This record gives sequence, structure tokens and C-alpha cells, in this order.
Amino acid sequence: MIVIVDYGLGNLGSIRNMLRKIGYEATVSGEAEDIRSASKLILPGIGAFDSGMRDLNATGVVDILHEKALEEKIPVLGICLGAQLMTKRSDEGKEAGLGWFEAETRRMTFEGIPGRWPLPNIGWRDVKAQNGYSLLDESQGTPRFYFVHSYYMHAQTPEIVSMTSEYGFEFACGLSRGNLHCAQFHPEKSHVFGKRLLQAFAELEA
Amino acid sequence: MKLRTRIIPLLLLKGQGLYKTRKFRDETYIGDPINAVRIFNEKAVDELGFLDIGAARNGSDPNFDLLKDIASECFMPLSYGGGVKSVEMVRELVAIGIEKIVVNSAAWTDKGLITRIADHFGSSTVVGSIDVKRNWRGKEQVMIRGGQEKIALAPVDWALEMERRGVGEIMINAIDRDGEMTGYDLDLVRSVAGAVSVPVIAAGGASSISDLQAAVTEADATAAAGGAMFVFQGKHRAVLITYPTEEERAGF
Repeated sequence: MIVIVDYGLGNLGSIRNMLRKIGYEATVSGEAEDIRSASKLILPGIGAFDSGMRDLNATGVVDILHEKALEEKIPVLGICLGAQLMTKRSDEGKEAGLGWFEAETRRMTFEGIPGRWPLPNIGWRDVKAQNGYSLLDESQGTPRFYFVHSYYMHAQTPEIVSMTSEYGFEFACGLSRGNLHCAQFHPEKSHVFGKRLLQAFAELEA
Repeated sequence: MKLRTRIIPLLLLKGQGLYKTRKFRDETYIGDPINAVRIFNEKAVDELGFLDIGAARNGSDPNFDLLKDIASECFMPLSYGGGVKSVEMVRELVAIGIEKIVVNSAAWTDKGLITRIADHFGSSTVVGSIDVKRNWRGKEQVMIRGGQEKIALAPVDWALEMERRGVGEIMINAIDRDGEMTGYDLDLVRSVAGAVSVPVIAAGGASSISDLQAAVTEADATAAAGGAMFVFQGKHRAVLITYPTEEERAGF
């Protein structure tokens, strides 16, 4: 069973709707029991890093998440703020992240880059696979996804970068290491491109 | 690097139906909102905006049941405005899959609303919406409650104040152009886009792709919204849901 981790923030309904559309039932839950029995986890989230991390900590399931992600190694997908929470820290706050990726979350800055770059970066952007990432389907043209963010994930080891996009500069919009995956953009709001990505995740061997 | 500009159909709800106005009046019934959403889904629309004009005028609560049905069909970004007065309402809307909340009149009457929403859900969850009417001398006046009431702030000042309170986007709508398909009020859009640092959505008057383009290239908007253009066809305004194809919008 795919469990969408509910810690009070995020497009939980949208993710479940899209999974349902492509034929997968998912449970939305913040309960230890459900998360323990999950075969796959999706960590969603919108809003600020610290309030997200605090809300996640308040559920009391963080230890179980660590266990599922790092020891049991079930497939995990972080989305938007959920992706950033998988890094070690963020310019946006003081709380420690989950630290599953050798990466930190940085504020987008555009010094020395010509043009207007309003933040948040809101809109559809082309996304490229990196390091042979298999969840992103590029066989039917350049995939595009819906982004809403002012911070991005900076990988400290380039081999964990799974996807990149551009807004003023090229940035990592996806990280991947073994069973762990994350995306800065919103697959659940990205039409067929998002369906393909969620489908590929849902089909991963548990 | 060429960035894709968001082209956003703005759909007006009243009761259970979809309507289109002219200058915020003369409502024409368009059809069933769920049906429209399905068509826009097939057309892979960039984003959809829903505004409940009934709730905007009389301050009644959002129609959560209808919005839930709409959101469950939406695989694209979705914004909603009309009657949103509290963080609790935002929580409910976000939970059903609406990730952007449009605030207008309530931001004026409740000075802390935008900041409370932004603190809970992040700035990108709040869109500040500003409706502007020009008086007989051409002077810009900000109107609230669906164009019924004037407030004592200029559009640029209200936009800056909304930005300071924490909105992630500003939507600027020219009431005089609404449904008229005479092009955007580019001066208005430019003045606001030049003053704030958050993205600006132009609304009111779009009739063609070149209008949408002008909002970006001539007035510095980052997104272009329209109503009549996406629901009417031809000079007799026959109801037909359309959206630019990838070929038609190539390079934009």
C-alpha cells in the first residue's frame, strides 16, 4: 500500500486523486501503524521549512520514517516541501531536515543574471533527467512540470541529482539515491507528465 | 532560456453553474463547471482559476462540495477565490486539492488575513487579487466586493501592501475590460508589475494569443489570465470551450 504521509500540510487530496486516476489506491495517514505497514511512502508538503519540519516531528512518526527509508529501504518520494525536508537543512529555517540526501535547501538568488526573476518561481518548466534517472520519461518529448518555489535543493554530491530545470540558472529539481526519490515540482498538478512520473514510482519494486 | 508563460482560464462560479460577465455584470450562463474542467484537462491547460462571484459579492462561504468535485478532476494547478475569510477555510480548500487561494475583499476588511495564510501555508498559497475600475477621468480605483465598493488606495499601493503582508502572486483585473475582449489594460498591469517583486497575473480583456503575449512583453506580467476568450467563440459569443494548442502558442 502506498501511504501519503499526512502531517497537516500539502496537496494530499490531489496526490491521491492522481494515483487513483492511474489505478493505484493510496492511504492518506499520519498514523504510526499505517506508515509502518506501507510498501511505499509519499512525503508531500507546502509552506515553510521550519513549520513543515515541526509539524512532521509533532506527528511522532519521524523515527518510523527513518526506519522505512534507511533500513527497510522502501521506495519514498518527497514532493515540493517534502523534497526539501529530505535534505539536511534550509536557508529558510533553523530546524534540521531529515538528512536523507547529502544536500541542503538554498534560497534562489539571481545576482549577475540578466532579466527579471520574480520569486516564487511559479509555472511550467522543462525538466531533464540526470545521471540516467529512470522515473522521468523523456521518450515522448521534453516533459514539463508545474513548479511553485523560492528555494531549491543544492546537492553536495552531484551523482544524486536526478532531474534539473532552469529558472535564471540550472538547478536540481530532483534527487535520487537508491530507494529515495524527490521532486521539487508538483507531479500531482502536472497532467500527463505527472501521471507518468507517479506511475513509474508506483511501479517500482518494493 | 525561454520560459513558458502561464495561460490561465478564469472561470466564474455562481451557485452550481459557470457564468461569464461583462464589466462584472450581465452574467451569461456557460454550463456545468465539472464538464468544463474535463475539457480543460484534455487540453492540458496550464492552470485554472475559479472565482465564486456570488460569494465575492455577498461574502458567503465557499461551496466546498462543488469545489471538491472540481478539484478531484483537476490535474493542473488550481486557484480559488470568493468568500475565503479564515485560515480554517484555507486549510479545507488546500486539503481538497486547491493549492492557491485568491483573496480580495477579505484582505481589506481583515488586515491580518494574508499574513496568517502565508504563515501557515507559505506565500505561494496566497494570491492577492485587485479589481480596478477607471472613473470618467480615467483615474484608477480599486474596487472590492465584486466591483461594488471603492477603497481608498491606488492599485500600486494596495499591491505593495499585499506583497508586504505576504502574498506570493498578485492578480490585477481591469473591470472595464472584463468580458469585453478589447485587450488588457496594459498601463495598469505595467504599473503594478513594475512596483512589486512577486509574479503578476494580468486579467480582464484578453481576446487573442497576441493579447496574452502583450501582457508579458509589454507590461511585465508573468502570467496571462482570460475569461471570455476561453469560453466564447465568434462575434455572437457562442459558448465553446477553447484553449491555445501547443502549436498556436509556440515560443510563448
